[in-house]
This record gives sequence, structure tokens and C-alpha cells, in this order.
Amino acid sequence: MAETIRLEVSRYRPEVESEPTLQSYEVPYNKDWVILDALNYVKNQIDGSVTFRWSCRMGVCGSCGMMANGEPKLTCAVPLTDYDPTQPIRIEPLQFFPVVRDLVIDMSSFLEKLSNVKPWIIRDDVEATEAVEFRQTPVELDAYKQFSMCINCMICYSACPVIGLEPEFTGPAAIALAQRYNLDSRDKGKEERMDALDAHEGLWGCTFVGECTKVCPKNVDPAGAIQLYKMGSATDYLKSMLLPWGTK
Amino acid sequence: MSNPSLAPTRELKLYRRPISFWWWLDRPAYFKFVVRELTCLFVGAFAILTLLQVRAVGEGPEAYAAFAAMLASPAGIGFSVLAFLAAVYHTVTWFPAVQTTIVLRVGEQRVPGSVITGAHMAGWLVVSVVVAYIVLRG
Repeated sequence: MAETIRLEVSRYRPEVESEPTLQSYEVPYNKDWVILDALNYVKNQIDGSVTFRWSCRMGVCGSCGMMANGEPKLTCAVPLTDYDPTQPIRIEPLQFFPVVRDLVIDMSSFLEKLSNVKPWIIRDDVEATEAVEFRQTPVELDAYKQFSMCINCMICYSACPVIGLEPEFTGPAAIALAQRYNLDSRDKGKEERMDALDAHEGLWGCTFVGECTKVCPKNVDPAGAIQLYKMGSATDYLKSMLLPWGTK
Repeated sequence: MSNPSLAPTRELKLYRRPISFWWWLDRPAYFKFVVRELTCLFVGAFAILTLLQVRAVGEGPEAYAAFAAMLASPAGIGFSVLAFLAAVYHTVTWFPAVQTTIVLRVGEQRVPGSVITGAHMAGWLVVSVVVAYIVLRG
């Protein structure tokens, strides 16, 4: 087994350079390491100026998404042994996002899109501070559970070419989370969310490339959520046009 | 930025990576997607050709004979072959995707996606056989 592997890390230091360059680091090819461990080795042992986000190291916080050899990956979940040690691994910030420094992207556009779709339970019949129990059957839970696994890692945004071409597009994770609450039997906010999503840059911006689902580290299937959302929206529209009592 | 709580504390010099014109060659899935979208042009053109064929029927035997001769020319046959291949590619790449757009339940169990795709493929086969029978029976 090879003893080392080379990381080619994208460096962008806005105070000294106008665009990113690659910097090479030799790290141990440890079979127990994931890419994030190798980056932390660089940070702790070789070059403390390399900047990247990470937190939980266990696929929960969604902080450590980066491009590895051009593929968006959650770096805490990808073993070094997935890569040939004779070839370098190119580590870059998530694509389609502005870069703040090195591997750190500016996520403010994503956070704004996320809050626009109101990813929380909306009801006007109870106060937020009121202790109320809403029971759900396993089938009702199953309707949205898959979509609730999203950790907001933005890896799906980095796989979606529409985000690159039309940055205003709401994007996979935010729409999937909107659908997660629409499908929740306790929620009454579907129409409010549709106000934000029934637009070209909302639902209808999705051209169904499907890569968001393939790269999702939590198997959420955002592409499926968006298509289901479109189907529901189109069905509601047809009902409102064709049936005298509309969607009621 | 509409939400002041998300605003950075100082002006950031962000680097915005340009999107290449060749973005659709970056990943095989992007390429397959673009090809699938382009196949619509052939399918649409064939639909228009069929409408023109119907119009030729309405214009009488001579007009229809001229139209049929145009279809039988090397260019006409070439286009038909291309349109057929485009339609087949579009269908075999679209039906597997359909399973993500439909949620069917039997009792409390969700019908597997493979069954939904399989049903679409089977329906396509049946319709194709019926059309082939009608067209080819002479």
C-alpha cells in the first residue's frame, strides 16, 4: 500500500491573488482517513493557512462539502482509499458558489433561498409557544421522512447546472425542504410556500437533470421532490380550471 | 441582501468562477441530459412533418404522391431514421426518470419505482406493436 497521496488544494487569498491557484501537499495515505482528515493533517502539520469549513466529522452538520476531482462530496464521508494514491486528489470549493477564501464558499444566497420557502411547520390555529401534540401514523411520517434527512450541505447545488447558469434558481435542497413540510400532515402552509415557488426561478427552473439526487450524501432525492411538487402544482391548477369547486 | 443578519461584517472580495460554454461536457450526466433535451427537436420536427402529411392527404392524390416521394428520398429516410433514434433515446432515458415523479401506494406500501418504469415500458411496447400492425398490415 502506498504511504502517501498528494492533495492539490485550491487556494484563494483575496488579499494577494485575483483568482484561485492549486497548491500541492503530500499527506499520509492512511486507510482509516477520509478526505477531511487529510485536509486537517495539512492544516495542523504542513500549512495552517489553508482555510476550510468543517464541524461534526460524521455527516450530520453538512459543513465540509467540497469538490474532489470535480465531484461534489461531503469530505468527512469519503475515504482516501476511494482514490488511486498514484494520482493527486484535486480539492476545490463547491462549484457554482462565490469563493470567500480557499475552500470556503459564500452561502448567503442559499440561506436566503432557504428562508424564502419557509421550511418550518406553518399553522394559524395554534400559538408557537403552545404545547400541542399532533399525532402521525407511520404512513404519514413516511410521506416526508426521506426529505427530512437533508443536512443543507449544498452538495446538490454544486451538481446542478441550472444553479450555475441561473443563480436565482431556488435550487434542489430548498425545494425539497419545502416539499418536506408540504407533505407533513401537521402543516398547513402549502399555499404560502407556493407563493415563493410558483415562478420560473422557483419550481419551474428545474430542468430535471437529476444529478442533485445522485450526489446527495443522505439519499434525499431532491429531484424527486421537485418533480412531485411540479405534479402537485399542475394538478391543482388543472382542478382549479376544470372543476367548479376548484381545489377545495 | 434582504436579510441583514446574513450580511458579512466587512466587504468580501469574492471570487466568482465563470461558467464555461462547454459546461455540458463536464460530467457524463450533463451530456446525456443535453442530448435528451435536443432529441425533442427531432421529435417536434417529426410531429410537424406528420401534420404536413395530413395536409397533403387533404390536398388530393397528386399532392400526397409528391409528399410520399419526398419522404422516400434519401434525405427523407435519413431524417426518419434520426427522428426514430432520437425518440427511442428520449424514451429510454425518460421512463426511468418518471418513477421519481409518481408516488403510488397499494395499501400502506409504496409501489417500487422499477414497477412504474416497467409499466411505462410495457405500455410503450404495446402501443408500438399496435401501431406497427396498423401501418404494416398493408
